[in-house]
Amino acid sequence: MIHSLFLINCSGDIFLEKHWKSVVSQSVCDYFFEAQEKAVDVENVPPVISTPHHYLISIYRDKIFFVSVIQTEVPPLFVIEFLHRVADTFQDYFGECSETSIKDNVVIVYELLEEMLDNGFPLATESNILKELIKPPTILRSVVNSITGSSNVGDTLPTGQLSNIPWRRAGVKYTNNEAYFDVIEEIDAIIDKSGSTVFAEIQGVIDSCIKLSGMPDLSLSFMNPRLLDDVSFHPCIRFKRWESERVLSFIPPDGNFRLISYRVSSQNLVAIPVYVKHMISFKENSSSGRFDVTIGPKQNMGKTVEGVVMTVHMPKAVLNMNLTSTQGNYTFDPVTKVLTWDIGKITPQKLPNLKGIVNLQSGAPKPEENPSLNIQFKIQQLAISAKTQTWMEGR
Amino acid sequence: MAAGQAYSEEKGGSSSLGEPEYGHDPASGGIFSSDYKRHDDLKEMLDSNKDSLKLEAMKRIVAMIARGKNASDLFPAVVKNVACKNIEVKKLVYVYLVRYAEEQQDLALLSISTFQRGLKDPNQLIRASALRVLSSIRVPIIVPIMMLAIKEAASDMSPYVRKTAAHAIPKLYSLDSDQKDQLIEVIEKLLADKTTLVAGSVVMAFEEVCPERIDLIHKNYRKLCNLLIDVEEWGQVVIINMLTRYARTQFLSPNQNESLLEDSAEKAFYGSDEEDTKDAKAEATSLVKRKPYVMDPDHRLLLRNTKPLLQSRNAAVVMAVAQLYFHLAPKAEVGVIAKALVRLLRSHSEVQYVVLQNVATMSIKRRGMFEPYLKSFYIRSTDPTQIKILKLEVLTNLANETNISTILREFQTYIRSMDKDFVAATIQAIGRCATNIGKVRDTCLNGLVQLLSNRDELVVAESVVVIKKLLQMQPAQHSEIIKHMAKLTDNIQVPMARASILWLIGEYCEHVPKIAPDVLRKMAKSFTNEEDIVKLQVINLAAKLYLTNSKQSKLLTQYVLNLAKYDQNYDIRDRARFIRQLIVPTEKSGALNKYAKKLFLAQKPAPILESSFKDRDHFQLGSLSHLLNAKAVGYQELPDWPDEAPDPSVRNVEVPEWTKCTSREKRKEKVEKPFYSDSEGESGPTESADSGEGLGSMVESGKGDWDWWDQWPLSPRMAAGHMVLPMGLCSCSCPHVVVTMGLCLWGCSRVAVPLRCPHGTVACQGSANCFSSPPLCPAVTPPPPQPVPSSNIVSTSLVTDLEGLTLTDTSLAPALLSPAFGSVRTYELLHRMTGEGLSVEYCFSRRPFPHDPHMVAVQIQISNNTDAEVKSLRISEPKPLSGMRIQEFPEIESLAPGDTASVVMGIDFCDSTQAANFQLCTHTRHFYVSIQPPVGELMAPVFMSENEFKKEQGKLTGMSEITEKLTLLEKCRSDHAIVQQVTSAANVGRVPCGADNEYRFAAKTVTSGSLVLITLEKREGAAAQLTVNSEKMVIGTMLVKDIVQALVQ
Repeated sequence: MIHSLFLINCSGDIFLEKHWKSVVSQSVCDYFFEAQEKAVDVENVPPVISTPHHYLISIYRDKIFFVSVIQTEVPPLFVIEFLHRVADTFQDYFGECSETSIKDNVVIVYELLEEMLDNGFPLATESNILKELIKPPTILRSVVNSITGSSNVGDTLPTGQLSNIPWRRAGVKYTNNEAYFDVIEEIDAIIDKSGSTVFAEIQGVIDSCIKLSGMPDLSLSFMNPRLLDDVSFHPCIRFKRWESERVLSFIPPDGNFRLISYRVSSQNLVAIPVYVKHMISFKENSSSGRFDVTIGPKQNMGKTVEGVVMTVHMPKAVLNMNLTSTQGNYTFDPVTKVLTWDIGKITPQKLPNLKGIVNLQSGAPKPEENPSLNIQFKIQQLAISAKTQTWMEGR
Repeated sequence: MAAGQAYSEEKGGSSSLGEPEYGHDPASGGIFSSDYKRHDDLKEMLDSNKDSLKLEAMKRIVAMIARGKNASDLFPAVVKNVACKNIEVKKLVYVYLVRYAEEQQDLALLSISTFQRGLKDPNQLIRASALRVLSSIRVPIIVPIMMLAIKEAASDMSPYVRKTAAHAIPKLYSLDSDQKDQLIEVIEKLLADKTTLVAGSVVMAFEEVCPERIDLIHKNYRKLCNLLIDVEEWGQVVIINMLTRYARTQFLSPNQNESLLEDSAEKAFYGSDEEDTKDAKAEATSLVKRKPYVMDPDHRLLLRNTKPLLQSRNAAVVMAVAQLYFHLAPKAEVGVIAKALVRLLRSHSEVQYVVLQNVATMSIKRRGMFEPYLKSFYIRSTDPTQIKILKLEVLTNLANETNISTILREFQTYIRSMDKDFVAATIQAIGRCATNIGKVRDTCLNGLVQLLSNRDELVVAESVVVIKKLLQMQPAQHSEIIKHMAKLTDNIQVPMARASILWLIGEYCEHVPKIAPDVLRKMAKSFTNEEDIVKLQVINLAAKLYLTNSKQSKLLTQYVLNLAKYDQNYDIRDRARFIRQLIVPTEKSGALNKYAKKLFLAQKPAPILESSFKDRDHFQLGSLSHLLNAKAVGYQELPDWPDEAPDPSVRNVEVPEWTKCTSREKRKEKVEKPFYSDSEGESGPTESADSGEGLGSMVESGKGDWDWWDQWPLSPRMAAGHMVLPMGLCSCSCPHVVVTMGLCLWGCSRVAVPLRCPHGTVACQGSANCFSSPPLCPAVTPPPPQPVPSSNIVSTSLVTDLEGLTLTDTSLAPALLSPAFGSVRTYELLHRMTGEGLSVEYCFSRRPFPHDPHMVAVQIQISNNTDAEVKSLRISEPKPLSGMRIQEFPEIESLAPGDTASVVMGIDFCDSTQAANFQLCTHTRHFYVSIQPPVGELMAPVFMSENEFKKEQGKLTGMSEITEKLTLLEKCRSDHAIVQQVTSAANVGRVPCGADNEYRFAAKTVTSGSLVLITLEKREGAAAQLTVNSEKMVIGTMLVKDIVQALVQ
């Protein structure tokens, strides 16, 4: 299956390689670089590249390309999903998945990769098991290790590996037993020029942080589970119970994990909590244009809209922008032509407004298209899907 | 950080080996001597006897390997440490060894003996890792050793080692494919393995070594289907893909009667009704091929068991199930996958890319499936271009008469995007919609024509190309457009667009007779500066004009052909020569000349705009080959459905397995077992087990009609609340009669229930006073004419009498057993000091609580150490937690000083170990007390035979199984001691067992009656493995802890 893995940074240096079968020369990455050059943009590098003797399947995460070398037929998603799991594991271990953190912990990275794949087939990918096999680095432990010469490697087979609850490590003990559930919901909407919603859907996840001793068996139920019409589960959740009773029943892994993610079908259109008034125009035969955007909250939400950020990809002909904002700061990057306006909290009394002059390249034809505005915002303590969790019980 | 240091040092001193290809690091200014020293340094550290130094050295070496630097010259120094005690050093040495062994085969052989030793280690982790490294060393000489090791590991007791063996198989195969036959044997053996841990890995080995041996799957097919949900996610993907292929060879197409869909669906519904078959026969005579389609139950099993996996968090699993449904499910059922696939569109962009490719293929064939999710494929301005283009593809595939207007409106927005490649793709998409849906052709064409005046040349060019294709469909009506396009030649520079315009004008020059020659004139002027494709079209145009309008264009054509004659490009020169011969009549020109007009101005069929994803579905979806649209190495062709269904009985397994017995369709399978004769050998220290077995055999010997167990103790005859619990066995002269004494609960007094002996005589024995006084217990009034359950200690003679009877395996007939009598531990409820002289102790008597079978009997011993009489001792205000119930003991009127009273109370702990809190009251005082049961007391022993045990255990795998390794204490190694310890730790009954290094125990939880199965497997030396199967996982885990403690301390 997976033959080799190369980690490549944005400037094209291969800074880590690992082979699970016989060694594949680094030169195989040249095909990748070629594709990368052709794609111009990192996002557009095709995830699957065919070369005369190998296939390259790559992902791009946190400014690193994970390029795996494949020799025979394998479901591409299998590899992609696995590579993301590798990146997640690094993130979990080192707090971030960056070139420096990987380089700093190169031995642990190597040990992890060794445990995660055997002969190219995934062996242990559950973070709870891996943490028993190879302890994550902490400053204290590295000090202790350097003095005593003890190691980061566990010497027993994690019981989880053998049991049927492979995601949970055994012998967990806490003095304070606590469990947290974060319900994060995102509305994803496309709104046309006139302000009417073209498409909106709600995506949600429940992220959990469980610190409970022993083998807790938890149940979580919702007031109106019918809303969750498309759910994906962490393997710990019992499918049958959900099917029959619509109750989430599970023995959780220890620590942080994503319990479920779901999609709420938007039969009745979701009310978008903000509106935008915009006036963007470029004058014919002149090197300037006008830009005027106001963002306001829609009534009756009762909650404040915060963390509002607007990003706009301006047309190529735009040279510079002279704007004044009533609230927040804006930046315009003349190279990428991206305008970012960080607004913060919206108060209904005084609506944030950004307006001014757009300077265009002289002589260039008037840009025709109006840029699309991307607006992100957060609302705390609000469940858009009107799904409420009613009770949780644990044993 | 040690590793970090090692890394940075390595970085500073890179190119340490002077390897030229790695010497691109500018910092490596060839201080060769010091580098050389550094290596010496590493060698020295490796040779030292300090583990910390060795570890440091190994870390630095691994960092070098990670950078892709050569560290092979350290091989001898590293290999020496293969037997190092420090586990981390060892692991890093393994990493090194696997990396370089291939290059230094002779030296690598030195390490082999260490692994061979490791293979025999009692620790399964060491066995597994030895096998893993041994099989990863790619040294052909050791193939026989590897083969042997794999064979041995394949029958290892530990599933983890067996899994490793499965992983080793493809490794060996890639090293030496001659071993295939032997490896297939091992695969066959491992395929029969019942643990989820092994399943995924062995199927992976199967796919790599012998994917063509589909016959190996037959016997394991149902097992794999049933295990699937508990297999780890990566294994699931491999198994599902393999089963897709399998199903394609073994079942009939569910969509074979598409034309007859409606009536055949009805038929399928009624299955094999006799009428139907008759009908079918009648039909078959008229239409040979039309047989009513009935889905093979195994086919259905696969579809049913994979469906929940659509909700997996792993995109690869979801995709695997989706492709399985696409390839195998009846048309009507495929729809379920759409939702899950749409969900994946929220994932990482790489996942989106792959999913969209597959959706594009599916949407061509099953458009209806994705139509409800049309809007989910709308494009976001933040999508990467490759995703946008794929979404566009899907949208175009989904377009039909009803939704085309929305889609076109959406496309209009896309045209304004800043992403030019995307705009071009959108225009193409509009073109495709226009050709496919006649209704909107004119609208689209008008829209595209408007785009011709777009500022952006790329947009215009793309529009021209698309318009050209559209115009070919109905040129006559559109001469205006052609004129308009002719004007564009002045401005537009994109070669493809210019070429398209020229072709159009040439082709339809009759519609634009005035413009065409003028265009040719202009083009002739600029001919030398044009791109090759444009030049070719200029020649074409010239030729066509020459044929239709030679008067105006003769000279021009000559001019163009002359220019072309001396062109740099040989294609153009060739073309010019060829055309001249063809159109300009000379003496030499042959017969072709006459037909020139027909050749050039023939009616050309309009192009069909097709999706590039059409017909991609002959590749298995989700595969690499599908994505690349080319057969990848090692791709297994997805076979076509067979015309005739192969024999379905090949999947039958001789011994019907529990796997068939899903909760929904519980079937009673009665299996004849061979003569049971082990019981004698099993006697000895385990009296309870023996008697249990005896009783079991007796109960089971009842010629199969003793099915009462299902109704008992909740027999309908016994009204609610009235239950008879076995209390004891009355001796009886007839050896075949079992009589049990029970208690009716409702406060009715003691009841003895006679049992009919197998001979049919009813025996009424002992203190069967209850029957003489029916009013006391309405529930048991008519003495049951049928056998009523019984169980208890059976006299040895009875056991011997019953030995040798053929056992019948009833579906589930565990009998409650009397407790195994171990030493009873007492706990303190109230200390003398706190109780002011009153001391209370309790113990779990392990007898069934007479008034309620769901309660645990707690025997309470109250002693009065005061010098006064204690009056009205009772329990008050029980504060049970939710669901918990307490049955108080009857009030003790008075307890004289120095006296001790013993009472029994019942507590229903609801199968939890939470304490029951209540108050103990005397006439003067209240004491708050609580009773916390050890988990072992929450169950009551049951009897079952070995086979039943195995069967039940089979049902309780997955999450219900907990395994723990332990090392037995010296004194706990004898059979007797083990049984003693286990039975004292928990109220369980022993189950006979064929193997003498295994002990089995069974019990049922008191409240819910869930089975708790305990297996203790003794290994070499003091090692042992404890497995507890119970659907109550909490109880299982705690029980494991308790038993381990009992055996270890």
